[in-house]
Amino acid sequence: MLTYVTKRLGSLCLSLIVASLVIFACIEIVPGDPASFMLGINAQPDTIQALRVELGLDQSLAQRYLGWVGGLLDGDMGTSYTYRTPVSDIVSDRLQVSLPLALYALTLTVVVAFPIGILAAARRGLVTDITVMGATQLGVAIPNFWFAILMVILFAINLRWFSAGGFPGWDAGIFLAMKALTLPAIALALPQASILARVMRSSLLDTLSEDYMRTARAKGLTRRQVLWRHALRNAMIPVLTIIGLQFSFLLAGAIIIENVFFLPGLGRLVFQAITQRDLIVVESVVMLLVFAVILLNFFVDIAYAWVDPRLRVRS
Amino acid sequence: MKSILLSSAALLIATSAYAAKTDVTIGLQLEPPHLDPTSAAAGAIDQVVYSNIFEGLTRFGSDGAVLPGLAESWDISEDGTVYSFNLHSGVTFHDGTSFEASDVVFSLDRARAEDSTNAQKALFASIESVEAVDATTVKVTLSAPQGNFLFNMAWGDAVIVAPESIEDIKNNPVGTGAFTFSEWRQGDSISLVRNDSYWGTPAVLESATFKYISEPTAAFAAMMAEDVDAFYSYPAPENLAQFEADPRFTVLSGNTEGETILAINNKLEPFNDVRVRRAVSMAIDRQAIIDGAMFGYGTPIGTHFAPHNPDYVDLTGNAPFDPEAAKALLAEAGYPDGFTTTLKLPPPSYARRGGEIIAAQLREIGIETEISNLEWAQWLEQAFRGYDFGLTIVSHTEPMDIGIYARPEYYFQYDNAEFQDLIEALGVENDPATRSELLRQAQTIISEDYVNGYLFQLALTSVVNARLTGIWEDAPTQAVDLTAVSWSE
Repeated sequence: MLTYVTKRLGSLCLSLIVASLVIFACIEIVPGDPASFMLGINAQPDTIQALRVELGLDQSLAQRYLGWVGGLLDGDMGTSYTYRTPVSDIVSDRLQVSLPLALYALTLTVVVAFPIGILAAARRGLVTDITVMGATQLGVAIPNFWFAILMVILFAINLRWFSAGGFPGWDAGIFLAMKALTLPAIALALPQASILARVMRSSLLDTLSEDYMRTARAKGLTRRQVLWRHALRNAMIPVLTIIGLQFSFLLAGAIIIENVFFLPGLGRLVFQAITQRDLIVVESVVMLLVFAVILLNFFVDIAYAWVDPRLRVRS
Repeated sequence: MKSILLSSAALLIATSAYAAKTDVTIGLQLEPPHLDPTSAAAGAIDQVVYSNIFEGLTRFGSDGAVLPGLAESWDISEDGTVYSFNLHSGVTFHDGTSFEASDVVFSLDRARAEDSTNAQKALFASIESVEAVDATTVKVTLSAPQGNFLFNMAWGDAVIVAPESIEDIKNNPVGTGAFTFSEWRQGDSISLVRNDSYWGTPAVLESATFKYISEPTAAFAAMMAEDVDAFYSYPAPENLAQFEADPRFTVLSGNTEGETILAINNKLEPFNDVRVRRAVSMAIDRQAIIDGAMFGYGTPIGTHFAPHNPDYVDLTGNAPFDPEAAKALLAEAGYPDGFTTTLKLPPPSYARRGGEIIAAQLREIGIETEISNLEWAQWLEQAFRGYDFGLTIVSHTEPMDIGIYARPEYYFQYDNAEFQDLIEALGVENDPATRSELLRQAQTIISEDYVNGYLFQLALTSVVNARLTGIWEDAPTQAVDLTAVSWSE
């Protein structure tokens, strides 16, 4: 197990170095000078130059890369060009929305997907299965922003149960904050739960058709006992992979839903920063997300080894 | 007894529900990068701080007139080069420090300094020196008379800031205005509270919140759900009819300083031929663009000047919509079969939607356009600084900016010595009648030179709760002045 973990850690570090280079290169070659963007079309060239110096944009690419990476290692993500506040402050503000939202949506996803996925697999070919398959097909197909808009029209404009969007902040109380995140979380969870339920079902069915399942049945276990005791644990590997992917997607990929509900989340920050050419924010946030995804995959890998002892031995 | 209690309780609830509201939430589309109006071009900064938090020596009124601000009066020397401003006394900044002549000296010197990052540094170019005569008198000496100096001092880029609070101005703006900055929840909202020790007429509202909603669909939902009391510069004109029909709301439609033009690269062949530029102008059906791209909101213009300005001349007749005549002009210029050029479009909908319509109109006279959609930063790099474009669509939102036609290096590269002399003469002219005459001449020259295709004056449409009064209908500058906003019973 220790060598397995060490190996995984090594590849984690390598991925991070490569990612930092790729991110920096990609973002720096995008045309558009931050200083001219900020000063607009009436600014004089010497004013733009003065701002470039103030922002440190007059340094060479290599200097800026090393400065950035060096800062990251120190835990300093730099200072935003536009907001002029430390990037880490901005990011931690936004994470207070994005992280709970992602967790909320993921919880909804798992709570819905597990039972219906297991149910569909247990009742394969029966009405329950067909209904679940049909409904999840629909859930995958419906664009979530459209579903979000429908919910806003119904719950915010017609029924007035919820606000149309916005986030009151955690200091407004946990109830109000969670309430503001409810519609977005449902909109985010709908397609994810549909996908996860389908993965759960097919993975369970695969496992149920294995030889050892027949052996277990032959030993005298009931269908239910086989399902809960043997099939479920073995079916978890693809499900865990999907959950890992879904969490990183929910953390970074909620841009559209954040825009529909005007939530001050991480996705919207990156989106704004790209249009404003706030390169340092884009670089640092993308790097942070890459780090989160890589770290998450690392934990998923460890989780594999935990559910499937063969992986430990093989490595 | 019980019933009396109950009914008086009901009465209490009723009166509190109907008591005038003292706060307001205004929806806006673009969040400012920071809150220092003196070091960025973003109009989103002025929307929050102009007149609410920061004030200048002079200020714009809702109709664009230049009014006294922190200076209650001024004397101008005979030759027009020395301005003595008499400042209001007893004015304090929000942090309690007093406002004095030295703050004016500091602010103006900072704006015109060598390392200044003021986006409109040209406003201060004619200043030679600024001196504090005593605590309430400032003497500004100009290198040459400047006809619109008081106008320049009314811009958001010329507001008075305090040296004590300059360090943190971007996140904690400290001004002299009727509202004090309270909190900025980045990505969400900015809130202000009333400044109870304001030197002038105090604001009616106790507090105000600007809420940032970038998505047009979300703006619609927030307005409909009454999460916001007003949406300033409402981004989805297609919904306006629905708001107009709803008694809960009022739709305000006013003018902005935004001349929306089809900018032409005057140095690029074939546009260096005035006949080609004229053909382009005559191929454009302005009303079709206003109806198609702006849902009918906008005023056709024939030159680079705001129609609500008293000196405006209607020159739309110089380029009437006439595709046949346009084709003939192209043939005369040597392009009987037309040509192909680029049309670069920045993000706003006037450009993206208008661009499609213009492309179709130009195709009618044989001009094919290759459309590319650019982000602002790309547009600035390629079109604005790189001169790499044939045609582009931009709304020039700075007030009184006809002077850009006197800058040959400005992106559309119009180089006319006669026009440059005229703008120079205008710069040093103080007599109002002569100024008006010069401004009329300037408008006519660029219109008859067909420098750009003049499309329409950008309208400002805001959706407002029907009981809310005092929101500016026109936008002489990009400000959401809340000082006179209140709720009616």
